[in-house]
Amino acid sequence: MTVDRESGGSGAAPVPEGADGVKSLDAEGTSAAAHEVDAADGVRGRRHPADPRTSAEVSRVTGGASEKPPASLVPPQPPPDNAEPRRLHPLTPVAKGWTAMAAAIAIFGQHAARTQETQLGIAVAGAVFLGALLWGLLSWSFTVYRIEDDDLRIDSGVVFRRTRHVHLGRLQAVDVVRPFIARLLGLAELKLQVAGGDSAEGSLSYVHERDAQALRAELLARAAGVRPDAGEAPERPFVAVPMPVLIGSVLLSFATWTFLFPSIGLIFVGTATGNTALLLGCIPLFVAAWQFTVGRVLRYFDFTLSESPDGLRLAHGLIEHRHQTVPPGRVQAVRIVQPFLWRPKGWVRVEVNVAGYGQDENNSENRESTLLPVATREVALGVLSRILPGVDVGAVPLARVPKRARWHSPVRRLGMACGADDRVFVARRGILRRETDVIPHAKVQSVRWTQGPVERMLRLATVHLDSTPGPVRVTASLRDVDEALRIVDEQAERSRIGRRGEGPHRWSARSGGSLGGDRP
Amino acid sequence: MDHALAPPEQAWHPVSEQLFRVRRFLLVVVLAPTAVAGGVLLAVLATPWLAVLPVAAAAVALAWGIVALRRNQRSWRYAERADDLLIAHGVQFRRLTVVPYGRMQFVDVTAGPVERRFGIATIKLHTASAGTDAVIRGLPPEEAARLRDRLAERGEARSAGV
Repeated sequence: MTVDRESGGSGAAPVPEGADGVKSLDAEGTSAAAHEVDAADGVRGRRHPADPRTSAEVSRVTGGASEKPPASLVPPQPPPDNAEPRRLHPLTPVAKGWTAMAAAIAIFGQHAARTQETQLGIAVAGAVFLGALLWGLLSWSFTVYRIEDDDLRIDSGVVFRRTRHVHLGRLQAVDVVRPFIARLLGLAELKLQVAGGDSAEGSLSYVHERDAQALRAELLARAAGVRPDAGEAPERPFVAVPMPVLIGSVLLSFATWTFLFPSIGLIFVGTATGNTALLLGCIPLFVAAWQFTVGRVLRYFDFTLSESPDGLRLAHGLIEHRHQTVPPGRVQAVRIVQPFLWRPKGWVRVEVNVAGYGQDENNSENRESTLLPVATREVALGVLSRILPGVDVGAVPLARVPKRARWHSPVRRLGMACGADDRVFVARRGILRRETDVIPHAKVQSVRWTQGPVERMLRLATVHLDSTPGPVRVTASLRDVDEALRIVDEQAERSRIGRRGEGPHRWSARSGGSLGGDRP
Repeated sequence: MDHALAPPEQAWHPVSEQLFRVRRFLLVVVLAPTAVAGGVLLAVLATPWLAVLPVAAAAVALAWGIVALRRNQRSWRYAERADDLLIAHGVQFRRLTVVPYGRMQFVDVTAGPVERRFGIATIKLHTASAGTDAVIRGLPPEEAARLRDRLAERGEARSAGV
């Protein structure tokens, strides 16, 4: 087994750990335990992946209980030739086209049953099925991918040929997604998120699960600038969301009480009274409510957040399993959300902007952007301190808006505040549902100062710090005009300094990395 | 203009007055036929003297529009600083955008048929953020080309990752 990228445990820079470590949910009196992971044994220093000393310490490190065995995922074989063209898995057409095929069979089957033209129905359904299968096979045979140095090249298209180069230096995140059918077939989709691309950027669907793991390791290694055959970087579980907490978080949401239960009730009533109109009317409501309630439980089932030298790893999902890797320093902005009903429990949700994710504005749920579906505030802040090393969000001094803002928004102004330290800008808002947005100065794309007519009369203004597309939009609303201008000026200056400190694209080339790395 | 947004130490560039003329032209092009059509319709369907109403309304709208467009055109300005570009505009809804050169991903220069006729162009800066609203309207084409090249050059020199 080749695990010379092994890291952690070697104590390269044993950061004193403890007080700011991740606390367990137990401490909050909840029945379940989001287990605290080895904050105590101080294995936090990240070693340079190419450091030769680390390999000698592998055996000791892998002895740790919290390590996942990386060997099983990476077959001990020589690194594949770079430019050797590879194909997707032959079962791809089935995994991709099963919906169309099933729909064809269902529609024509139903039609045939109703019209008694069974043979014709079967013939048409069969033809459609075969057609879909043939087309799938054809497009599969035309799809080839290869890795050329710094690029993943994907050739596809039956009629119109398309060649796509995914520049690995710009890699923002890698997802391994396994939808239900693909899971049954042992397949997985590899999605590469690249900044500034459309959502379909660099997707390989489907490859064998084992290949997906190996490929992800290889791509991440290339993106990091270490040996491509270095193997899977080890991951250390960091936070786990236990089932009772997840279910509790859904039960404590307005969607459950205002939509899910009433729609279930209406469906019962409709069934009992035989009122078809009522029944049909409830179904859309029920489906929507399902998405936001039970759907969340299924999506975030068995949620674990781990850290590895490659970055943060998220794994979750009951029916569709998703494994995301966000390399260090790729998180653009963070939001901590506390819905009203979660307040007694002290739970929060953490959402992030990662360039490449969140391009799809229509996807309101934006599932890829959730870093933690539910956790206590302490755990969330612990996670934040690892994503943004050296930042203590709770300690950033926040200033409220001037009193005269009550003429603009009498109630909302009470929740608004903003502030900055030398690393991040923090904006808070919300009375019932509280949101705290955090953006590192180095990640600010542009700064905007806006002022509407009412704001102008009150000598107020609003400052926006633009981040990449995603759920987090950092806005400091209703500041005093002069203060707002000062924020803009200071922010431009801080962002300039912050950008200068940013490392190169390849994270292994950075001295410490920003994930669990050195503190400034 | 008393603008808190125009710190005097910056060398603010105004935009071309042609921006005002283009917009005035477009305003007339839209308002005149609407007024005429409305007047004719009212004259035919109701009494002829009612035709005065849409025309008067259009005249008022035109007068107000011209004043507003003039003020808006005068509010547009931009400044090139060492590390970022400042763009400010707006009278009722004011905005100031600061785009660091290193954050620019690409620069668009566009000029529609009407704009071309009046000899102006629009330049738009794109960053990795969709929220960035960095547009400069009403630039003379040679200034737009100069700015584009200058931005590209500065962006190259200060390029940062995402």
